[in-house]
Parts: sequence; C-alpha cells; structure tokens
Amino acid sequence: MSLLAARSLSKSFRGLKAVQEASFEISEGGIDALIGPNGAGKTTIFNMIAGVFSPDSGEIVFDGRNIQGFRPDQVCAAGIGRTFQIVKPFAGLSVLDNVIVGALLREKSVPAARALSLRILEKLNLGSKAGLPASSLTLPDRKRLEVARALATRPRLLLLDEVMAGLRPTECDQMVEVFRELNRAEGITILLIEHVMRAVMALARHVGVLHHGEVIARGAPEEIVRDPAVLECYLGEDTEI
Amino acid sequence: MDPVNIANLALAGVLTGLVYGLMALGLSVIFGVVRVVNFAHGEMMTIAMYATVLLFSRWGIDPFLAVLPVALAFFVLGCALQAGLINPFITRPEHSQFMLLVAVALIMVNALLVGFGPDARSVQLDYLLESIEAGPLLLDRGKLYAALVACATAALLFAFFRFTPTGKAIRACADNYLGARVVGLNVRRYYALTFGLGSACVAVAGCMMVLLVDVTPVLGPGYTLLAFVIVIVGGLGSMTGALLGGVLIGLSEALAGLFIAPSAKSMFSFGLLILVLLFRPQGLLGRKS
Amino acid sequence: MTNRAIVLLSALGAILLVLPGFAGPYVLSVVTLILFFAYAGQAWNVMMGFAGQLSLGHSLYVGVGAYAAAGLYFHYGIGAWAGIWLAVLLCVALGCVIGFLAFRFGISGVYFALLTIAFAEFTRIGFDHIAWLGGPGGLFIKVEQRTAWDLLDLRGTPAMFYYVILFLAAGALLLCSLLLRTRAGYYWQAIREDEEAAQALGINTFRWKMLAVAISSAMTAVAGVFFAFYYNNLFPEQIFHISRSIEIILGPIIGGIGTLFGPVLGAAVLTILADGITELLVAFGLEFPGVKQVFYGVVLLVVVMFLPNGIWPALARRLKLERR
Repeated sequence: MSLLAARSLSKSFRGLKAVQEASFEISEGGIDALIGPNGAGKTTIFNMIAGVFSPDSGEIVFDGRNIQGFRPDQVCAAGIGRTFQIVKPFAGLSVLDNVIVGALLREKSVPAARALSLRILEKLNLGSKAGLPASSLTLPDRKRLEVARALATRPRLLLLDEVMAGLRPTECDQMVEVFRELNRAEGITILLIEHVMRAVMALARHVGVLHHGEVIARGAPEEIVRDPAVLECYLGEDTEI
Repeated sequence: MDPVNIANLALAGVLTGLVYGLMALGLSVIFGVVRVVNFAHGEMMTIAMYATVLLFSRWGIDPFLAVLPVALAFFVLGCALQAGLINPFITRPEHSQFMLLVAVALIMVNALLVGFGPDARSVQLDYLLESIEAGPLLLDRGKLYAALVACATAALLFAFFRFTPTGKAIRACADNYLGARVVGLNVRRYYALTFGLGSACVAVAGCMMVLLVDVTPVLGPGYTLLAFVIVIVGGLGSMTGALLGGVLIGLSEALAGLFIAPSAKSMFSFGLLILVLLFRPQGLLGRKS
Repeated sequence: MTNRAIVLLSALGAILLVLPGFAGPYVLSVVTLILFFAYAGQAWNVMMGFAGQLSLGHSLYVGVGAYAAAGLYFHYGIGAWAGIWLAVLLCVALGCVIGFLAFRFGISGVYFALLTIAFAEFTRIGFDHIAWLGGPGGLFIKVEQRTAWDLLDLRGTPAMFYYVILFLAAGALLLCSLLLRTRAGYYWQAIREDEEAAQALGINTFRWKMLAVAISSAMTAVAGVFFAFYYNNLFPEQIFHISRSIEIILGPIIGGIGTLFGPVLGAAVLTILADGITELLVAFGLEFPGVKQVFYGVVLLVVVMFLPNGIWPALARRLKLERR
C-alpha cells in the first residue's frame, strides 16, 4: 500500500536543475532512505514534500491526496512530521512545552496535550528532562526532542533530515534503535535523508539513490551498495560506512 | 501655476534632494555593511547641524569650511560608537540592536533640547542671498552649493569603495561576514570604519542642510525616518539608489506641496515607503537579497 | 507562581485598591500614569512578546481609539460606553490591515517596525488635516467637574479614572496570564522562538500572528479611549507622535518582553524614577525640558546593554517569585 508517491518531480533554481523527473514510492509501514552525494537533490525533494516550496512540475500524493504546493503546516496536518537538519528547538521553552506545542495539533486541550507529551518523552528517554529548558540539552538529546515534537503531531509518515549528522557511532546506533522501535510498535512510516551509511544500512529496508537530481537506483540496501551506477557516482566522494 | 514656477520648484526639490541623498547615503553604507538599523541617524545629522551653527555663530567659521572638521569629528565619533557600543551587539537579536540605537537617539535629541533649547537656529550667509539665473530659471545659491558639496562627497565615497583596498575589504564584509572573517579580515574594525564613514557623510549633509532649513532639536526623528524611506525606496546596498532616492523624495515633496497642502507632503513619502516595502522591498535599484 | 509571589501580589493589590483613600492628588495621578503605561505596555507585549513582531507604531491605535471615542462624544454626545466599540473596531481593522500586509508580503523584523512607524506617521499628518476632529488645533472635550461617577460617559473624579485604569491593568494581566496557558500562548511562544519549526508542527503562523495583532490593537484602542476622557484634549502631533510609541514600549522592554509582570514593573520603575529625578532637579533649581527624556534614554540604554531580558526575570530569580 503506497503511502507516499512522488511522480516526475522537477525543480530548478535560477536555471540550475536541482531535481529532474524524480519518482519513487513509499509503502506504509516501511522505512525508506534517500541517499546520494552532495548536491544530488535529496534536500530539495525533502523540502518539496515538507511544503517548504512547491515543485515546478510533478505530483506528490500522500494517502491518496495531492499535497504538492501545500504549506508546511498543511503538510503536517495531513499527517507528515519532519525534523530539521540543524535542530530547531524552542530554546526558551522547557522540553515538555516543546512537545506540547506539537501535541496541540491533535489534542483539544492543554492537559490532554501535556499527558500525551509526557508519554512520548518517556518513550524517547527524555522523561527525566521534561522540566529542563530545551537550550540545556546535549545535541543527541536535542535530536530526540525534535523527534518527540514531531511525533506529538501523530504523523503517519516521519521525514528525517540527516538526523544522524553530528552524532557519534554509539549515539547513532541508539537513534537507529529508537526509530526501529517506533516503526515496529507504532507503525510509523519513515523516510530518511541520510549521509551516514551506518544508519542507512541498519535501518532502511528500501533505498533510493539520487544523482544530479535523478533517481538512479532503487532497492534493498544490500543491492544498492553493489550497484555499479551507484558506486560510480560515489567514487571519490566521502562516505562513512 | 506656470511652467517656469513649477520648474523652479522642481529644481529646488532636486537640489535639496541631493543633500537628503547624501544623508541617506550615510545610512545606506551603515545599514548595508554593518546591518545595523541606525535609528539615531537623523539625530546625528541634527547634531552636525547644531555644530555648524555653533562654529558659525561663535567663531564665524563658514559652513563650507566647517565641513572638514565636523566630518572628521563625526568620523571619529562614529568609529567609537560602533566599536564601543554597537559591536558587542552584532550577535544579539535584532530588536536589541534596534532598541540600543533608539536609546541613543532619545538621549541625543533631548540632550540637544536641554543644551540648546527648543528655539530654532539658523545660519545666514550674505553671499548666498543672491540667486543665480540660468535662463528663465532661478537657482537658489545656497541650495546649489549645498548640492554640489553633496555630490562631491558622494563621489569621494564612491571612489573610496571602488578603488581603495580598504573600500573593497569593506564591501567584502558586507557581502559575506563569515567569508570575510575566514579570509582574515578584521571585520569589527571595518565595521567601525564604516560607521565612521557613514557618520562623516551625515555630518557633511548636516552642515549643508543648515543652509537650507532652520534647525530645532526635534528634527532628528523626522530625518531618521526620511533617511530610511530614501534608502528603502532607492534600494539597500545601492549607493546610487540612495542618491536617486533622495532626489526622488526631494522632488516629490517639492511638487506635492503644490498639489496637496504643503504640510501634508511628508505623507507622500510615507505612503511611498509603505508601497515599496510591500511591492518592491529591494527598492528601485537594490539587489534582491 | 510561588507562594511568596502570591502573598506579595495580594499585598500589592490590596494597597492599590485602597490607595485613593489616603493618597494625595499628585500621588494618585502618578500611579494612574503608571497603571496606564502598564496597561498599554501589556497590550503591546501581546504583539511583541508573544508573537515576536516589533511594533514601533502603537501610538496609531492609541490615537485612533482616542479620536474615535472623543469624536463621538464631542459631536453627538455619545458616551464612552459606545465609543469604545467604535474605537476597538477601527483599531482591530487597522491592525489587521497592517498585519496582513506585513505577513503576506513577508515583512518582518526591522522592516516591520519601519512599516508600523510609517503608518503611524502617515496617520499623524493625516489627522492634522481632519477639521472635523479639530485638526492641528486639537480636539477638546468639555471638562466637567463631577463628584458622581459616570462610568458610561467616563466623567468623574480622579479616583474614578484611577479605578478604571486599575481595573484595566489588572484585567490585562489576568487576560495575558490566561492566554499564556492556553493553546494560543503555546503557539505564540513557538512562533516567537522559531517560526519555521512552528509551521512544521502544523501551526498556521499567519492566522496566529494576526490574532496577536488583533488583540494587541484592540487592547491599545481601549487605552486610547481612556486617554481621551482622562486628559480631555487630543492633538495629532502629540498622540500619534513616535515618542508615544516609544513610551509605550519602554515599560515592557525595561521590565521584560514576553513576561507577565515585566510591563507593570517596567512602567513603575520608569515613572517613579523619572518623576523622582525631575523633582530632584527642580529642588536644585534646574528645570529643563527634555531632561526626563534623556533619563528615559539612559535607563533604556543601560537595560538593553546589561539586562537584555529586562529587570523582571533577574528580580524574580533573586526574590524567588517564580517556580523554576
């Protein structure tokens, strides 16, 4: 069952074609990754799905609805949550209040939102830090907070934008566990844009490879790393395995 | 309303507009490089005006000569203001910087009020009383000379930024703060320098403006707003834009005085500001950021 | 709030309630002024502290509100009880126009501030030319010495005005504290902290910013109505002037933007110190126009430089008035 389908997405910036006729599908309940060298167009596709800007042409279909051109808040309301590459916590608010902001999308009252938020924080091992100011958290915890916040909006699809960046290998493994558990227990579909191959190999069941704005390969992680086209585009590029 | 009259009015407006333009040029340089909203800009100009009045009434120094020491003094003060007060604020949120300069402006205006009182002062030069005839048109000598000084100062500034290494370094800082630092430019020093230059511009504009209007302490905020209108209409980061904007505003105020009540002519400037902010925020000549 | 804070607040409230009983007319007028700026500052705070939009043209709403109510009373004898509705309506409309233009066209920060200034200035010069409202010569409401309180027409003793503004200031405080605890409060703070992140959480930031602007302008309109009937004279040059806008924001900035008690504290500190200094100088025979404003400038400068979050957060921590 296809939850998200991108059909022939194209986007140019001042004449430079960032994304060309990219198409892919994500099944419900799956964990998909989009990888590719820098400048391949991953972030552009991500931003188009998240509503930051709309594609020049093409469609994005989420759960049967066309969502291309939606504003970011409309995308979230439709059921897609996202994190940011450079974390954006509400620094002046407490950890709990950060999540409450997200929870208020679906919960009618603040007490209900608070209850939901506490549960989510527990799930992400941030329960003990609920009262602390968000600005006092370490980077890995900030990333967890960002995930918790997005989860509070009860998304069906979670978009993760290079969420492993800046994490040490053990921290990365912990995050992988978190996502695996979320996917298994809550059935949340996950799409990650990622550079850190360690996470991609461990987490993703399907991988799409972008190069120069085009999808050049799709398949299971083991197949992708052996795909000659993929190897060629990565030759000379730094990858962390 | 015969055409000669209108032409004279328009010409007077253009000349005054050039002085406005110089004032706005100072702001454009400051805003464009240091990205500080100098809310005290008009107040600085007012101080320069008073300085000129003082030099003239106490020691009989002609404003055209006073330009040099006043500009120099303002250059030094501007550098000091930036280095001492504003530089620590570069990393603070925008409204903090803004409020800092609002505070400075408030102090300046009222210090002038306390020091000079609310009555108007002016500079009367005998040799400026005679108008120049250019065909059917009548040019006010004071306005003409003031405009010439304004143009000369602007030209000097252009040349500085275009041809000198320091000027180019400053432009680099404006374009890319981080990049400039990476390349090893002492950005904070250049910021101080730029603020000094902008202040010197304002000083010259002030010296010239006192030949065109009487000065009272409360002129400050009006000029600050005018400078912003001009810079935004003409385009941020564009020096030509500042001058052009100044001329445009000077012209429109002169002509608007004809068709609407003269006291309402500033409404036109504010209306123009609102329109530009909405529809073409980069101004007429500015680059989209 | 900690228990200590509740006790202090109650004590303060009690004192304020009985103040007219034992204070002389001068003290009463000073406290009335403090409460006026506390109220207006709180209104401004909704837009800035909660939604993060710096408005330097709030005198627009004070002026329009004042003239709307005063105009009705002057020309048609309709009292403040009706004038207030017109005032609020006009100001909300104005605020929404400015907000819409700004938010739709992506104007924020400095440019937004300039936009608000431009509107206020435009209106200031405009009102100078509205003869029906008195023009530059001003609009004067007949000052009637009444011993009875006429709340509907806002005619009465200084004590009446005192209680009206006390009620307004307390009401504003209550309203803001309630708002902060609701969805609106959370969303506004989120927008203020990081608008992009807020949008990614499903918040329609345009709508919520507009709401803050509407509430802020409505509240400020009421301040304008009070102003009109308290001072009984209105001049465009004065009421729309940028100095009014700056006076309004001094309280919240000095006390603490976005906090509940900041505007009140700031207004109190500023007014008391300013009046104190002026009195001191007069005692020494030094009376200059503008000294008070220099003082405002210096205080503002010091606060902005050394206490960027205002006095209240530091004070609250020291005196343990807020639960950390």
